[in-house]
Amino acid sequence: MKPCNQHDGRRGFLKKSASIAVLYFTPATLVKTFAMDAIVPLPIAKEKLAITINGKLMNLEIDARTTLLNLLREDLAYTGTKKGCEMGQCGACTIHINGKRTKSCIQLALNNQNNKITTIEGLSEGEKLHPMQAAFLKNDAFQCGYCTSGQIMSAVACVREGNAKTRKSIQTYMDTNICRCGAYQNIVDAIEEVAKSGAKI
Amino acid sequence: MKSNNNTIFWEDERVDGADKVTGKAKYTAEHNLPNMAYAVFVTSTIAKGTIKNVDTSKALAMPGVLDIIYYANCPAVPGYSTNAAERPKNVTEWRGYKALNDNKVRFFGQPIALVVADSFENANAAIRFVKAEYEVEKFETNFDKARLEPANLKAPINYKRGTEKKFKEAVAFVEAEYNIPIEVHNAMELFATIAYWEGEDKITLYDKTQGPKSTQSTIAKTFGLSDKNVRVIAENVGGGFGSGLRSWPHVVAACIASKKLNRPIKLVLTRPQMFSMVGYRPQSWQKIGLGADAAGNFIGISHEAISNTSRYEDFREGIVEASKFLYACENVDTKYSILPLDLSTPIWMRGPGEATGCFALESAIDELSYKLKMDPIQLRIKNFTAINPENKLPFSDINIKDCYAYGMEKIGWKNRAMVPGTLKENGLLIGYGMSVGVFGAGKGSASVRIVLSNDGKLLLECAVSDMGPGTMTSMSIIAADALQMPIQKIKFKLGDSDLPPGPSQGGSGTTSTVGSAVDLACKTLQQKIKELAIQYAPAFSATTADALEVKNEMVVLKTDANTKIDISALLKLANQEKIDLTITSNGKTAAQLKFTSNSFSAHFVKLSVNPKDGSIKILNVVTTGDAGKIISPKTARSQMIGGVVGGIGMALTEKLEIDHATGQIINASFGAYHVPLHSQIPATDVWFVNKPDPNINDIGAKGIGEIALIGFAAAVSNAVYNATGKRVRDLPITPEKLGFKSVKA
Repeated sequence: MKPCNQHDGRRGFLKKSASIAVLYFTPATLVKTFAMDAIVPLPIAKEKLAITINGKLMNLEIDARTTLLNLLREDLAYTGTKKGCEMGQCGACTIHINGKRTKSCIQLALNNQNNKITTIEGLSEGEKLHPMQAAFLKNDAFQCGYCTSGQIMSAVACVREGNAKTRKSIQTYMDTNICRCGAYQNIVDAIEEVAKSGAKI
Repeated sequence: MKSNNNTIFWEDERVDGADKVTGKAKYTAEHNLPNMAYAVFVTSTIAKGTIKNVDTSKALAMPGVLDIIYYANCPAVPGYSTNAAERPKNVTEWRGYKALNDNKVRFFGQPIALVVADSFENANAAIRFVKAEYEVEKFETNFDKARLEPANLKAPINYKRGTEKKFKEAVAFVEAEYNIPIEVHNAMELFATIAYWEGEDKITLYDKTQGPKSTQSTIAKTFGLSDKNVRVIAENVGGGFGSGLRSWPHVVAACIASKKLNRPIKLVLTRPQMFSMVGYRPQSWQKIGLGADAAGNFIGISHEAISNTSRYEDFREGIVEASKFLYACENVDTKYSILPLDLSTPIWMRGPGEATGCFALESAIDELSYKLKMDPIQLRIKNFTAINPENKLPFSDINIKDCYAYGMEKIGWKNRAMVPGTLKENGLLIGYGMSVGVFGAGKGSASVRIVLSNDGKLLLECAVSDMGPGTMTSMSIIAADALQMPIQKIKFKLGDSDLPPGPSQGGSGTTSTVGSAVDLACKTLQQKIKELAIQYAPAFSATTADALEVKNEMVVLKTDANTKIDISALLKLANQEKIDLTITSNGKTAAQLKFTSNSFSAHFVKLSVNPKDGSIKILNVVTTGDAGKIISPKTARSQMIGGVVGGIGMALTEKLEIDHATGQIINASFGAYHVPLHSQIPATDVWFVNKPDPNINDIGAKGIGEIALIGFAAAVSNAVYNATGKRVRDLPITPEKLGFKSVKA
C-alpha cells in the first residue's frame, strides 16, 4: 500500500483502470461504493484510533471498516468478547463504552476515538473474580459459555443502572442477550443475588 | 464440597467455569496462527440450477484479496471423486455436496465461491463483487405441497405388530395430523474452521465440532491421510445441539483453501449461513391414530410420519420409535417416509426425531384422555409397561411413575380443570398440561489415559468434546468419587483428537460411555497403586490388594486405619515419577444387553392464555428426569432447564420461513427467527429420580440431554387445550392458531 496524506482524497473514488491510485474510505461512502458496480475501490488507508481498553491507552492504525468487535477479537486478541450474529441481535458482543453497555458488533471501531472500553477481561482484578462473575459461577448461569461474556457485561450494567429491582425488570433488561443453552433462570438468579448483596460493582 | 458417597471430595461448580466467566476459554475462531488468511463464502442466489459463469475479476482486483476459489479453479480433492475405482484405498467419498467442486446449485444460499484475503474486512468487502450467472431450474421447497404427491416420497420403513389400524375398533379413539416446521439449532458460537497444512500430508484443524475423532476421521478419509496426520482441536464448543455431529462442507472448503494458498485459513460462518449450511430439524407431518377400551387400555396405535431431506442425501430419524415401545399396546403399526426437497440436508437437533414423535404421541394421549373422561396421568399409568413391547426386553430401570407423583404435586395438578376452558385467574384462562419423553440410553467404547504424578495431581485425557453440558466437570466428579480424592487435584483434558479416542458428544451418550471409561481407569489405577504399596511399602509387604483401600490420597489397611501411606510418598519410594495408564472401556456387556435401556422424563406446565388476544404465558414448569444416578447435580439441573427453554421455543416461537417462489430462507437472523428470551422463561423446578440404574453400566448413570426437551412441546400444547378447549397440532402455537387475528407475541 502506498503511503498517503490524511487530508485529501478521503471521499475520492477512482475508476478501476487507475490501479495505482490510493483510495480512502470513510464508512459513509463505503455503502455508496458497493452500490456503484462499475467502480472498484482501491487499497484502504489505515486510520488512526486512540482508544483505552481495560484501562490501557492504545494508539492504533486500523482499517476504517473494522468493527469494534473485530478490532477486539482479531487485531487485539481480546477474544473474551464473542461474535454471535454481527447484527446487534444476540448480545454476545456486549461491552461497556464509557461505562454504557453497547453491542460492539454494530459499532465501527473508528467511531470510538478517545473512548474507554471495558471488556470481560477488564472486569476482574487479577485472579479475583468480579462479584457478577462469581455469581454466574456459583449459580451455574451458563452452559457452553459462549454468550456468557455478553450476559455478564449486560448483567453488570443492569445492576449499575438500577434495573435489577425485580426478576421481571431483570428479565426485560436482559432480553437483549440470547442464551441458546437456556441458562436464563440461573442468569437471573445470579443477577438478583448480586443486586441483593449490595456489593459495589 | 460434596460427594456421591457421603464423603466430601468435590464442589459442584464447573471445573472450567472460571475460564468461561472471565473470557479466557478459547473457542475455535479465537485462535490466530502466523500468516493466517481469512475466507468468506459467496453463496448462491437461486435454489437450483447451473452456474454458467463466475466473474471474479472485480473482486480479485480488490485490496488484499489473495484468491477466489470456485469450481473452475478448485484443486482436486481425493474424496470428491465419484469413481470408487479411481479413489485410493484410504479415501472415502465425501458425504454431502462437494463445496467449490462443481457448478451445480442445490439450495438457496449454497456456497459457490470462497474469497480469501489478508484480512476479514478485505474478504468481506470482496464477496459483493463476485458475480455469478445461472441457468435456473425448476425447484421445490414446499413440504406441505410436495408431501401430498405419493411419488415424491422416498424410502418408506414400515413396522407392524398385531393388527394394523386396530385403533379404529376401539371404544374411544382419536385420529389427527400434526405438523412441525423446520427448526434451526442456532448455537451461539458460529461454526468456524481454521485449517493449516503443516506438510504435504499433515494438517491441523481448529474446528467447531461435537466429535474431534469423527472430524479427524472424515478429513483423513477425504484427503487420503493417515489419522495420526490429522489433528482436530475443539477445546471449547459454544453449543451444538446436534449440528456439530458431522463435518459440513465448510470444513473441507477451509482445508482446500489452506492447501491452495499454503497458509493457515480462518473460515467463520455468518449467522444467516448458520440457517442454511449446518443442518436443522427437518419439517415433519405426522398422523396418529390411538384407541382405547372403556377402561383406558390402549387397543391400537398407528403412527405415520414424513420428514424432509435434501435432494443429495437421505436423512431420517427416530420419529415413530417411541410409539412402538413407550406404552403397553399389542397392535402397533408405523410408517415413515422421507421427502427430498431443494434444501440443504437436515441433521439431528436436540431430542432429535423422538422430540418430533413424542409431540404427536403425547398430544394424542391427552386428547384421548378427554374422550375417556380420564385423567391423562392415570391413562399413562394404566398403559405403563416395564417390558419394552417392541423388543420384549425388560427396561434396565424405569421409575416414570415417581416422576408423575413429584410433578403432579409440585405443579398443583389437583387444581387442573377436567373441563377445558373453565379455569380462570386474574381474568386469564389457566391450563395445566403434562407429557412424557423417552430416549435410548447407550454405552459405547472409549479410551481414557490416566496419569497420577508423584506431586499428587491426577490427569485424565479423552478425545471427547464438551459443547456445554459440563463433561469436564462430571468426568472429574466421577474420578474424585472413584479415587476418593479432592477434585481440585484432578484435571480432565478433552477436545483434541490426539487424546485417546472417545465418542462424539451426542445422543445423550457421553456420561455413560466416557464416564464408564473414567471409572474403569480409576479402578485400574487403584489396583496399580495397591500393587506398588505391597511391593515397596514395608508395612504392606505381607498384605494382599483386597486388604487395602485407596482413599484421601493414601493407601490404607482396611482393618487398621493407622496403617497407611501417602500415595505421593509411595511413588517416591517406588522411584516413580508417575503412574501412566491408558485403558479402554467397551460397550455393553452380555449381562447389560439382556435389558433395554432408556432415560425418561415427565414435564408439567401451568400456563395462561389471555382471552382478549390469545397470548400465551408459561407460568410454571416442573420437569423431572428418570436417568439413573445423577453424577453432577448442578450441571444436570442446568441441562434440564435448558431443555425446557428449547422446548418452549419448539412449542411457541420457532419456525423457519421459506419463500417458496425463490427458495430463499426469509428469517435467517435472530431478529426474525425467534428463539426464547429471558422474559419468556418461567421458574422451572427440576427433579430427578436419582437412583443408579443397576443394568446400564458400573456407574449407574444415563444421559439427560435429549429427554430434557423430548415431549415438552406436547405439555405446552396439552396445557393450551386445557386452558382454551382449542387443540393446536401445528407448531409453533401462536395466537392466530387459537383464533385470534391480532397477533401479540
